[in-house]
Amino acid sequence: MTTIAQETAPLTRRKRRWEGLPYWLILPTVVYLGLFFVWPMIQGFGLALRDESGHWTTSAFQTMVDDAAFGDAMSFTFLLILVIVPIQFVLALGMALLLNAKLRGAGIFLYIFLLPLAISDLAAGIAWSAIFTERGYLNTVLEGVGVLEQPFIFLDPTSKTQLVMVVAAAEIWRSTTFMMVILFAGLQGIPRDYVEAAEVFGAGFFQRVRHVIFPMLKPSIQVALLLRLIFAFEVFAVVIALTGSGATVLAAEAYKWQATNENEHVAAAYSMVILGLSLAAAAVVLVVLRTPRERRLR
Amino acid sequence: MALPRIRIGRVLAYVAALAVSAFILAPIYLITIAAFSSFDAVYEYPKNLVPREATTETMRVFLDSDGVTDSLRRSAYVAAITIIVCLAIGTPAGYALARFSFRAANPFQLALVSTRAFPLIIIAIPLAVTYLRVGLDDTVYGVALAHIAFTLPLTVLVTASVFAGISYELEEAAMTLGCNRLSAFRRVALPLALPGVAASAIFIFVTSWNEVFAAAILTFRNRTLPAQLLAALDTSPLTYRLAGGFFLLAPALVVIFFIRKYLLTTWGRVAR
Repeated sequence: MTTIAQETAPLTRRKRRWEGLPYWLILPTVVYLGLFFVWPMIQGFGLALRDESGHWTTSAFQTMVDDAAFGDAMSFTFLLILVIVPIQFVLALGMALLLNAKLRGAGIFLYIFLLPLAISDLAAGIAWSAIFTERGYLNTVLEGVGVLEQPFIFLDPTSKTQLVMVVAAAEIWRSTTFMMVILFAGLQGIPRDYVEAAEVFGAGFFQRVRHVIFPMLKPSIQVALLLRLIFAFEVFAVVIALTGSGATVLAAEAYKWQATNENEHVAAAYSMVILGLSLAAAAVVLVVLRTPRERRLR
Repeated sequence: MALPRIRIGRVLAYVAALAVSAFILAPIYLITIAAFSSFDAVYEYPKNLVPREATTETMRVFLDSDGVTDSLRRSAYVAAITIIVCLAIGTPAGYALARFSFRAANPFQLALVSTRAFPLIIIAIPLAVTYLRVGLDDTVYGVALAHIAFTLPLTVLVTASVFAGISYELEEAAMTLGCNRLSAFRRVALPLALPGVAASAIFIFVTSWNEVFAAAILTFRNRTLPAQLLAALDTSPLTYRLAGGFFLLAPALVVIFFIRKYLLTTWGRVAR
């Protein structure tokens, strides 16, 4: 008996020592995110809602709303999302299905489709401005094939519609891949038998997408839309690169108030608006695309 | 009857895949030829869609411009700090999530996932105020600290997924053969996880290299490449912007090649 006790004693002690280990391993991450994520966020609320002397006030929000650019930034941001997200969703789903179709040369398509994931919105804005500018590539092509007689001014600062379309094109180009990656991962989780069974019973391609793939992909669709909407409210450099001062968005106003006007209170108020809209959008997606627990795949 | 239909679908799929590829490649191709053509070719109209000659004139003038090489160096520096700190802090946490079931695991994981709902903009502005107070304003360290905060949650989630894919039994076997937990990790789990961790490092690099908003707000003179380009957008000539845009975009072409498989298997799953 004593030998067993002698043997188990160090074992239990060792076990107890390991029980604390995961906490020690996550501690640095927790501390870091506390200091550089949670604390700045709390500070952000303080900046937006308190003045220099520490009194609670809504004056930063008042200044923000009274500024003419606020309405412009708000409407341009929302217009962009309305144009971009639906087109992007269909395109991303299509691209994910194409990658899933096991085409010949799938490796090359995969590489090309993934490229935009590593391209910044600033680089995208610069590349697309070379295309859309008056003496740019698009006018060269359109004139070359005889669609246009003379260069068309795509980046017309007086036309909101044109500016929305131009920025939307660049953003769709850049950020569709992000949605595609999430949807593709979801597609991989759908058992092949299900799709094949539907095929055996005579379901065509669109029927399979609608009745088999779509319902089973719903959790992935939810995540993809959720993250995409959250990021959509942060749209920034691509707008500045393409429109100059012709259009403005919420993040660009936050940047302007911080860097140019040196008023961190109004800048923080803008960031709170962006946060509020992101969370509201996330809530809407979660409610609209709710998946009942019993129908979840995993 | 069924066969020709399938074939038509196949053909359409190839057409669609080629069309999407062309859409994605066109701007990359155009900015590349613009960056490697002469000044005259950049400003001429109508443009040449196929370059007549490749010169380094535009590129050279860009690199010789004030502050450009410094900003490139700073960008690389910020990315390097971000990668090192992120992996040093994040890998152990990822390992803990993959190997141990402990009470805080689920809340911790949930907290990491939910950080994605909070845009970087929200933490960048208060950080700018704090940095002014503590003297970190306008430094590469300040930018790196913000980038770490932004990339750390995903690093932990991704490395957790990498370690979860490596059988724990291998480590246990090493421990029965005389390794302790640390050496089992170092000699068995880590080498197996290395490709995944490397992919994760590459992704951190891209995120940091591309990040504009925080970099532009946290620096004033000591700008990183994207911040430098953003600040110079309305004052710089077209040639400068195109060459800069190419520099910003070029790493993507290499990086995606190395991590394409991980992006689909790991990130797609982790992103949710």
